This record gives sequence, structure tokens and C-alpha cells, in this order.
Amino acid sequence: MSEYFIRSTMLDAKQAPKSNVGIVGWLQKNVFSSPLNIILTVVGLFVSYMTIKALADFVFFNAVFDATNGQECRPADGEPGGACWSFIQVFFKQYVYGRYPTEELWRPDIVFILGAALLIPLLIPKAPFKAVNSFLFFVIYPFLTLILLSGGDFVITGFFIPFIDLFGKTQGNFIFELSIVTALICAAIYFFGKSVGEDMKSTMLSIVVVAVIIAVIGLMLSSNFGLEVIETDIWGGFLVTLVVAITGIVLSLPIGIILALGRQSKLPVIKFLCVVFIEFWRGVPLITILFMAQNMIPLFLPEGGEAVDNLLRALIGVTLFASAYMAEVVRGGLQALPKGQYEGAQSLGLTYWQMMVKIILPQALKHVIPGIVNTFIGLFKDTTLVYIVGIFDLLGTVKATIENPEWIFPLQAMTGYVFVAFVFFIFCFGMSRYSIFMERHLHTGHSR
Amino acid sequence: MSSPQNSFSLRKIVYDPKIRGLFFQTILFALLLYFFYSIITNTVENLQSRGIPIGFGFLDNASGFPVSFKLISYITSDSNAKLILVGLLNTLFVAVLGIITATILGLIFGVMRLSKNSIISAIATVYIEVLRNIPLLVQILLLYYGVLKTLPLAKDSLSFLGIFFANIKGISVPTISFGSAETPFIISIIVALIIMVALRLWSRKRQEKTGQQFPATKIGFAILIGLPLLILIASGWPVEVSIPELGRFSLKGGMTISPEFIALYLALSIYTSAFIAETVRAGIMSVSHGQTEASDSLGLPRNKTLNLIIIPQALRVIIPPLTSQYLNLTKNSSLAVAIGYTDLFASAGGVLNITGQALELIAITMTFYLLFSLLTSMFMNWYNSRIKLVER
Repeated sequence: MSEYFIRSTMLDAKQAPKSNVGIVGWLQKNVFSSPLNIILTVVGLFVSYMTIKALADFVFFNAVFDATNGQECRPADGEPGGACWSFIQVFFKQYVYGRYPTEELWRPDIVFILGAALLIPLLIPKAPFKAVNSFLFFVIYPFLTLILLSGGDFVITGFFIPFIDLFGKTQGNFIFELSIVTALICAAIYFFGKSVGEDMKSTMLSIVVVAVIIAVIGLMLSSNFGLEVIETDIWGGFLVTLVVAITGIVLSLPIGIILALGRQSKLPVIKFLCVVFIEFWRGVPLITILFMAQNMIPLFLPEGGEAVDNLLRALIGVTLFASAYMAEVVRGGLQALPKGQYEGAQSLGLTYWQMMVKIILPQALKHVIPGIVNTFIGLFKDTTLVYIVGIFDLLGTVKATIENPEWIFPLQAMTGYVFVAFVFFIFCFGMSRYSIFMERHLHTGHSR
Repeated sequence: MSSPQNSFSLRKIVYDPKIRGLFFQTILFALLLYFFYSIITNTVENLQSRGIPIGFGFLDNASGFPVSFKLISYITSDSNAKLILVGLLNTLFVAVLGIITATILGLIFGVMRLSKNSIISAIATVYIEVLRNIPLLVQILLLYYGVLKTLPLAKDSLSFLGIFFANIKGISVPTISFGSAETPFIISIIVALIIMVALRLWSRKRQEKTGQQFPATKIGFAILIGLPLLILIASGWPVEVSIPELGRFSLKGGMTISPEFIALYLALSIYTSAFIAETVRAGIMSVSHGQTEASDSLGLPRNKTLNLIIIPQALRVIIPPLTSQYLNLTKNSSLAVAIGYTDLFASAGGVLNITGQALELIAITMTFYLLFSLLTSMFMNWYNSRIKLVER
């Protein structure tokens, strides 16, 4: 019989072979695993080296930082030359604010700071007071921005009932008409509700509240805060880029929700109209929409349509475009919800709007936050198109300064557009990282 | 107060979902009708007060708009309608070329990003993230004004390998002409393509019937190359290669591609390729590793695993977003107006500047773009229903 051997104690684990761990192991596994891989690595390294070198030469080593005019930005004969950052520095204020008057710059500054202060806690999932915060950001902040940037003092006259002109063209008319309309609606509900045999107090109360909010907003917009009125044609630069992007997203969200609900609706006319609206604006390029807004809005309105300024026309176009895309994003969220949520809400006896507002939309919207952020990134990039219809956003302002006769040098266009590209990259890349973070953050909540 | 009987019926009416639905839809429809009625009457009034006629009569007038890049013959005394046709063809041309290039680049970078080689995948990641996050319009302007418009004058053209030349007027490339054999050459290519498709169909049918395989792809490509070559040899090899040559002031020979076209085409291709790369990556990753393992255990060779197992399943995920990327590229080609490439939108804009017929021109442009998107979504629906997973 042969002897046998049973090990009674565990052997210590051996160290992994040298060629499998550490830098050597990593290199062998990832970079030099086969002849083809070696070739790829070498070619890849070469391409990266050339790209990084060319970029670094342009941005740092050959760049000019202390020029006072275009002549000093020119490279010496035979030199490759680089960016001329003095050009950007000289016009930097214009790139941020456009031609906004210098003594009034505190107004856009407040808008920027307030926007950041409201937005940052909104983006952090753990920050408290989400409801108050989003109300401030999505409702109060836009009006504040509007008044601060433009100076307020809008003429708001009556528009509901054309033949009543009690107070002439003043806010009095607006308030008067608003109260008449509110009273009429309340009376109708009261009598109607009585004959149906139902208590309509809460409905009436909410209508009065809405009317009061409209009145307050109207009064705010039409009152004079002593701010100098600044026409939108001298707004410009990054300020306009932000105004277009944020207006587009803030307005497109509610419209998009309504359209998405309409597209899911069982009522054929409403469904058809929503589908046509969404598919139409999604089917045509944004530039044609902006062009249409620019040329057609004055034609569509009764006389005096030219009073709608350029920026407002573009904003209308951008909002229509963005809301069609937003509707599709929201629809994705609505479709992702299991049918049981709808059935559960209905079996509790909730009405359609109660079901949507209390059960469906909070869940659906939470699901599509990454989609909304992605739509915003797309919209943010698309704001550059407004320069084609003559609005000086960041790109338009940079393009205008490139044509400035004082600053003409060979790599001027390159310098200017690389700067614009860099600004957009920082913002869009940051937002896309945030979207990925949100996706992961939301995902954990649903995994079992 | 109404009687209980009356109240009962009223309540019944108010709470009848059918009647409610009908009521709200009627109100919405009426409001919409009023909205359209008022904008139409306003528009007619405004146009009359400005003295702009309504109608498509202006399409027959001479356009007077110069076009540098065109596929069909066109002079400034041609009609506005022809100008728009030139623009439409230019849009289709840049869109088709852009789609082909973007797909190839996207495929390469999508696969590169999945590479196990960290350096290769890092390069692909940087490429995708940088190009995706910079607005297309900025890329177009950067390429056009920043690069192509800073090239030297024709007499100092930069040359690559002595056959490509780049200057401010564009990039000159060699051309091949087939002289007398041109028409037969093109016909032979078309015939070869038809034979390829027929061969494929026949071989698939035969395989389904008998199980015998036929190398349809290899023979098909052999025909595609061989048949035109045969035609050229039979007609006495009338092939002429024209290489651009640097004269004293300008380039002679070859073909010069305009910088507008190059800027638009390249920017569209690389911008869209970044999105396509992400789509490709998602598609390949969606096929679970078990599929590869199962195919290996069946003993299928590597290329068959790829062709018969992985790619068909990945395509199911890739095709729908891919078509919408193609559509985006086509719509984005309207940014051509920023650099003066006369596409559909730019040509309509040119006519608009001269005639002021905003209504009709915007309608024409939007109709064409809507047509593209309608055709695309029809194709997608058809394709989706064809490749849908058939479950029990």
C-alpha cells in the first residue's frame, strides 16, 4: 500500500506572479497582450502625443498673452504661431454681458449669483426644501430675472375683453377685467355646482388664488422699480445664451408635460393634435423654426406685431422646439410606469388630474430627470443657432469681435472659436456627468 | 331650485365621461379654429398692406442668386424653383456622404471604446466626449473660418504627397475619368450590384432548402470588381488620371472641392460619429456574454459567431437610434447657411431675401424636412416590425 498524505493545515496564499500584478502586469494585460495590440498601442500613443503637442503649442507655448492690438498677435515670419489670449481678455466683458451698459452690470450679476445659489441646492439630491427651492427657481426666479434684466415697467393693459376700456391703457383695466372674469367663472361654478348638488368651495377658492397670483405678477411686471429700461437688442454674450437656454427649458417643461399627457389621452381630437404638434416641431430643423419665428410672428399678429422684439421671437421658437422634445422625454417616463400605478390610483377613486398630479407625474418625472438634463444639454448647444437670426449670443458676440478691424491676426478665428468651444465643453460635459450621476443615484432607489 | 328629476338628469350628463370628453374636445377644437382663423386673416392683411402677393408665382422668376457648389448646371438667370432644387440636391448630397462617413467613423470609435487596450479606449473616450459636448455650429465655424479660410493663397498651396493640394479656395484632389467607357462602366457597376443581391437571395433560399452553403459574399465582391474591370479592358483602357499641378498662379487639373462643402461635411460627419459611436457601444454591450459562450460551445468559428449571433442582435438595439441620428444629421445640414454652402434652407433663404415670400418659402422648406423625417420614421416602423423578437 502506498502511503497517502492529507494536508492538515492551509497553505498561505502565494503572491501572484510578478507579470500579473502591478504596472508590469497591467501593461501586459491591457496594452501589450498581442502583436496587434502592441502596434495599436504604439500608434495610439503617437497619435495622442501629436494631438496633445499641437494643442499645447497652440494654447500655451506659442500663445501670446500680453498683446495690446492685433499686430502684436501676429507670429514672426516662419513661426507656427498660437492663440492670442489677449484678444479674448480685451473683449471678455462683452462675451459675458454683450453691450449691456457698464453701470447697470450689477443687474445681470445678481441674476447670475441668484441663479447659481438657487440651482446648486436643487441639483444636490440630499439638499432639503426641494419643493420651496424648485418653486423659487422655476416660478419666482424667471420673473425676477425678467424685471432685473429688462427693467420692468411693462405696459399691461386689459386683453380679455376687448370692448371694456374703463381706465384707458393702464393696469387698472387689467385688474378690472381679471376680477370680472374671475367673478364670472366663480358664479358659473357656484350655480352649476348647486344644480348638480355638489360643494364647489374648494374649486372656487383655487380659481381665486390663481387670479390673485396672476394679478400680483401683472402688477409686478407693470410697476416701475426705478430701474433703467434696457432693450433686448443690447443684451448679448453668455447672458443671452443662458437666457435662451433657461427660458427654453423652464417653459418647455410644463408644456411638454401637457403634450405628453395629451398624447396618452383617450380623447381622439386631443391625442391627434398633440401628436401633430410634437411630430411637426421634431421633424423640422431648429434653424427653420427660428427663421419662421423671426419672419412669421410679425405677420401672424395684428398691426403692431413688429413690437415683438427679436429675442422674444427667438425665445418663442426655441420654446416650441424644446417642448416637443420634452414631451417625448416625459412620455418615456409615463410609459415606464407599470399599469398598476394607474389602476391603483383609479381604484382609490381619484380623478384624472388627482391621479396625474399626485401619483403618476411625481414618479414619472423622477424617472426622466437624466432625460431632462440631456434635453437641456442639447438645447444649450442649440442656442448657438440664434446668432444666425441676428441675436448676439456668446457665439454671435465672438463672431462680431473677430470682424473687429483693430484686432486682425491670422489665428484670430481659431482663437475665438476655440474659446467658445471650450466654454461650451465645460458646461455640457459638466451637465452630462451630472446626468450620469443622477441616473446612478436614481437607479439605486429602485434596485432590489 | 330644480326638481330632483331634473337635477338627476343634469348630473348624469355632467358626469358622463363621453359627454365631458366631447365637450372639452369641442372647446379645444373651436379655440384652435379661432386661433388659425385669426392668424390667417392677420397674415393676409399684413401681406396686403406690405404689398407682398400670396402664391407660388415667384418660383418662376429668375433668382439672381449665385451658387458656388452645385450638382446640376445652374446659372443666376435660372428660376427660383431651380435654385431650390439645387439646394435640395446639395442637402441630399452632403447628408448621404455625411451619413456614410459618420457611420464608418462611429463604428470605428464605438468598437475602439470597448477595446481592452486602455490607450485605444481612452483615445475613443476623449474623441467622443469632446465632440459630443461642443455645439455643431461652433465646430463648423471653427473648421471653416479657423482652418480652411486661413489656408494660403492658390500660388502657395500646401501639398500632400504631391497629389493633394490645399489652399484658400479648397482642396484639390486627383480625378479619374473613363472617357468613352464612362456609361458602360457605370452600368456594369449597377448590373454587378443587382447580381450580388440576386446571388445572396438565391444562396439563402438554397441553404434553407438543402443546407448547402454558397460563398455568396465573396463571389459577389469578385463580380463587383471584376465586371467593371472587364468592361474597361474590353474598351481599350481609356482611363485617365488627372493630377492637380501647381502652376504660377493657380492649380491645374484634378478637381477642387469647395471649403464650404468640406467644412460642413467633415463637421457633420465627426459630430454625428460621436453619437453613433455611443449607439454602437450600447448595442454591442447589450448582447450578453452568454450568447458568445453558447455560440462557442456550439463550435461556431469566430467570424460566424460575430456574423450570425452578435451582430444581428446588436443591430436590433442599434438601428432605431441610428436612424434618428441619420435624421438629425440631415436636419443639422441646414446649418450650412452659416458658411454659405447652398443647401435647401440656404437657397430658400436666398430667395426669401430677394422676394420676401416668407410664408411660401418656409412652407416649402419645412415640407421637405418633414418628408425626410416621415420617410425615416416609416422605415423605422417597418424595420422594427421586421426584426422584432418573436416570443411565444
